[in-house]
Amino acid sequence: MNPKHPFAAVGAPVERVEDLRLLRGRGKYVDDLHCEGMLHAAILRSPVAHGRIRAIDCAAARAMPGVRGIFTAEDIAQTSKGSIPTIPLRAAPLPELVRFEQPVIAHRKVRYVGEPIALAVADSAALAEDALEAIGLDIEPLPAVAGWRASARNDVLLFEECASNQPITYTASKGDAASVNAAYVRRERLRVQRHTACCMEPRGLLALWDGAQAKLEVSGAAKVPFAVRRALAQCLDLPEDCVDMIEADTGGSFGVRGEFYPEDYLVPFAARKLNRPVKWTEDRRENLLASDHAREVDMEVEIACEKDGTILALRGRAWVDMGAYVRANASVQPCNIAQYLSGPYRVPNIHVQSTMVLTNKTPVGTYRAPGRFEADFFRERLFDMAARDLAIDPVEFRRRNLLCKEEMPYPFATLRPPERKGETDSGDYRIALERCLAEIGWAEKSRLQGRLIEGRYHGLGIGCFIEGGGAGPRENARLVVEPDGSVSVYVGSANLGQGLETVCTQIAAEALALPMERIRVFHGSTAHLKEGFGSFHSRSVVMGGSAILAAAENLRGAIRAAAARRLGCAVSDVVIGEGLSASQAAGGKTLALSESVPQGLSAEGTFASHHHTTAYGAAAAHVAVDARTGRIELLDYVMVEDIGRIINPLTARGQAIGAIVQGLGGTLLENLVYDEEGQLLTASLVDYLLPSATDFPHIRAILLEDSPSPHNPLGAKGGGEGGTVAVGGVVANAVAAALVTLGVEPRELPLAPQRIWHLIDAARR
Amino acid sequence: MKLPAFAYACPETLEEAVALLAAGAGTAKALSGGQSLLPTMAFRLVAPSLLVDLRKLPGLDRISLGEDGVRLGAKVRWRDIERDARLASAHPLLARAVAHVAHYQIRNRGTVGGNLAHADPAAEMPGVAVTCDAELALTGSKGTRVVRAADFFLGPLSTVLADDELIVEVRLPAWPPGRRWGFEEFALRRGDFALAGVAAYYDPDAEGIARNAHIGVIGACHRAHRLARAEAALNGRAADEQAILASAEVAAAEVDPPTDLHASAAYRRALVQTLLERALLRAAS
Repeated sequence: MNPKHPFAAVGAPVERVEDLRLLRGRGKYVDDLHCEGMLHAAILRSPVAHGRIRAIDCAAARAMPGVRGIFTAEDIAQTSKGSIPTIPLRAAPLPELVRFEQPVIAHRKVRYVGEPIALAVADSAALAEDALEAIGLDIEPLPAVAGWRASARNDVLLFEECASNQPITYTASKGDAASVNAAYVRRERLRVQRHTACCMEPRGLLALWDGAQAKLEVSGAAKVPFAVRRALAQCLDLPEDCVDMIEADTGGSFGVRGEFYPEDYLVPFAARKLNRPVKWTEDRRENLLASDHAREVDMEVEIACEKDGTILALRGRAWVDMGAYVRANASVQPCNIAQYLSGPYRVPNIHVQSTMVLTNKTPVGTYRAPGRFEADFFRERLFDMAARDLAIDPVEFRRRNLLCKEEMPYPFATLRPPERKGETDSGDYRIALERCLAEIGWAEKSRLQGRLIEGRYHGLGIGCFIEGGGAGPRENARLVVEPDGSVSVYVGSANLGQGLETVCTQIAAEALALPMERIRVFHGSTAHLKEGFGSFHSRSVVMGGSAILAAAENLRGAIRAAAARRLGCAVSDVVIGEGLSASQAAGGKTLALSESVPQGLSAEGTFASHHHTTAYGAAAAHVAVDARTGRIELLDYVMVEDIGRIINPLTARGQAIGAIVQGLGGTLLENLVYDEEGQLLTASLVDYLLPSATDFPHIRAILLEDSPSPHNPLGAKGGGEGGTVAVGGVVANAVAAALVTLGVEPRELPLAPQRIWHLIDAARR
Repeated sequence: MKLPAFAYACPETLEEAVALLAAGAGTAKALSGGQSLLPTMAFRLVAPSLLVDLRKLPGLDRISLGEDGVRLGAKVRWRDIERDARLASAHPLLARAVAHVAHYQIRNRGTVGGNLAHADPAAEMPGVAVTCDAELALTGSKGTRVVRAADFFLGPLSTVLADDELIVEVRLPAWPPGRRWGFEEFALRRGDFALAGVAAYYDPDAEGIARNAHIGVIGACHRAHRLARAEAALNGRAADEQAILASAEVAAAEVDPPTDLHASAAYRRALVQTLLERALLRAAS
């Protein structure tokens, strides 16, 4: 692409094309959708964490006025060849995990509080909820497995037939970590708490069954509509092309929304059974109980270094609390913790094991920077402890071990099973680190380390990170020339609220030399394309954007061919100009688009790649800690990240700030707390503490584009998750630095005031 | 989280409202700002048969200042208190405490009477009422009675209010010039319920000796209450740093805080000590 041409939209800080519509209240979220004869569903969820279902009495509920249907496992088994479908594994499916898949409705046993037991469908959502209260439940309680230690004992089994609560152990290895004999070794046990995305808009579905045509249309798709269609069609025993997943506007996903959940089966099932449209909107309590949880992991991690801080090996063992089932993409977190523990550093020897552990809690999935947030907390905390032991400046420790430009691409540890290799792509990691140090004023502020000023201890923390993106295998796009000369862009990337329409518009506008207002982007829904892969692993721009480029090239080729026929010249002589006009190169006649091509001309494009992109950066925090209350105030937070080619600096920065705030939520506030009986104690936003607008006013995100990715024509790298990766480690390091004179080392998140106060109190005793 | 079915009435007189509550015999609930009641209903934790909406009752939304102090009608909203410039001098403790109540939207709707009747131990208004020796006027089928705030609260979400009674007014005794005061609370985020909070004042005599010390606690307790021993530790002494630290230490020992997922009893105790130190140091400065 020529950056100087008049439609050089890529790289321009244009405002989001979505915003005017959304800010005027014209967004259409799934709960805004209504249709003739629509019924409402509500879901009866297990009140106990572990138990055997003895009986479900639906008679009274079925007899209530306005109630159109009550469905339990029995009803589903009857229409589903006697068995209950399970949520199929999407990401990295392995045969040993299949038996731990979640049934779409509890069958014989319940395994977590919130597991669906029955679906009520009624004329209104309130009536459906009334019906739930009339259902008689008889559940024989079983002892709850509420933590990984209890789970590892295997004396209470979630799946009796499986004889173990640990579905799998992944191993990431490189070199020979076991035989490294180092001058310095430190082993630590660290923990990240259970928390999750908590999208502002909860999930929702509207299912329409067309009995005459045996077709199903489901609105409310997000993230991976095609994969969900495949799973749903399979579970409902329908041909895939009889199911369409339709996107609405989406109030956030962050990895959580859009996977195949029990409700994604139950609501369409009811619509088909009743032959009526059925809508379900998740309420906030359900959202906290039923949407994927994430992040909970305990890890023993060991570093081996030379006396000068040169890292020789990382060894470790992680226990990842998966909740009660292995859901669609649950393997991502345990795999990433093991494989990306080394982050942006030169670590020649690695041996890390990561074990999935089942407990009677809500199942987990991916949440922005899955496994990486956790691994970075473990690694960066350990680095600071090692640096202090070795009397090496923490910045110097990182400089010494950070990968150099000359070492690119640098291999990660190999993950098994199955064998998964990986490597960094491009970049000069030290540029980001030095810029970050300069922006926060490290040299000047480091004299504040550990100082008590006006009753508060000051501390600075630093950490470096990488962020993977651009998952394959491929993505597709189709461009259609409309009668008015505008171009419709259909792409397999999905909307998560991330500004996808804007950046896709920019990419298409530049590739076609059209003004942005002549481009309309349609995305995600299965009705647009034969195949699409969606938005996860920071892939929507890298893969979808590159597919748009490929389609644009094909479209220009088609226009050239059509124009050549009209102009009577060779295809190679045709030049495409402004507004997709075509002219004969040597000062010949120019054809407007409408003159050269037939209406409805379209072109498809595919971009395929198995190479991941590696964005990289550094982050630093300045905190002040009130030792009397344990309160941490974030005085400054700076992240510098190189995300390759930036399509839109405004949206990229917005994503970076949002990613940092979510990381801060997980570091300082958010905690999904269970009691010994497996009851979730934080099932409302009174107790599950999300960051609000006033909590973190001092955040700066600086994005660089020094190192375009070599693996796609845009040069883009995945850029939406990096902000989250470093936060836990960086802030915890700042707190440790602040409280160094008190001998406090945070080893567990969140850094809640109560925890900090107890650490200080214990250190003083 | 849809509300369960209920009947609704919107009476125009206090008598009518009381009659409706009396007829409900414990299954009717008064609806004022609805900021606690409606979420509780949405969670289906309570399912009243009848909601008696107080919005049309006349005369309950006034803030009146007189010789005998500040009178707040039961329907006075937090926003009304915030906007009333007279209160900055007429009752600065009230004005300061109310600034901590929840968020903008809730302050626009939440009412003094509804808040007191809800009796959350972490709420600010019960703390102010108890600390300041307020009286509550309650109207029921048998007429109006006046109850001391200290006697009104029984425990978490529990008061002496009868099924057919409504709070109609809160009476805060006059605030003398020269009174020293402080209000401090600790919440996890701005606007959250306090894990602990203290309201404190004393009237220094001509020699600077603290007299009439009143110290109340919220959050770190099962109901807002005064700390008699901490008050005694301050009364009769010059309110210097030493006396303040001593009073705060006594307060920490005197409270009997609950443990929940956000704060252990030990942590709440320490917070009470820190907050009281800060409140009194501020008062003395």
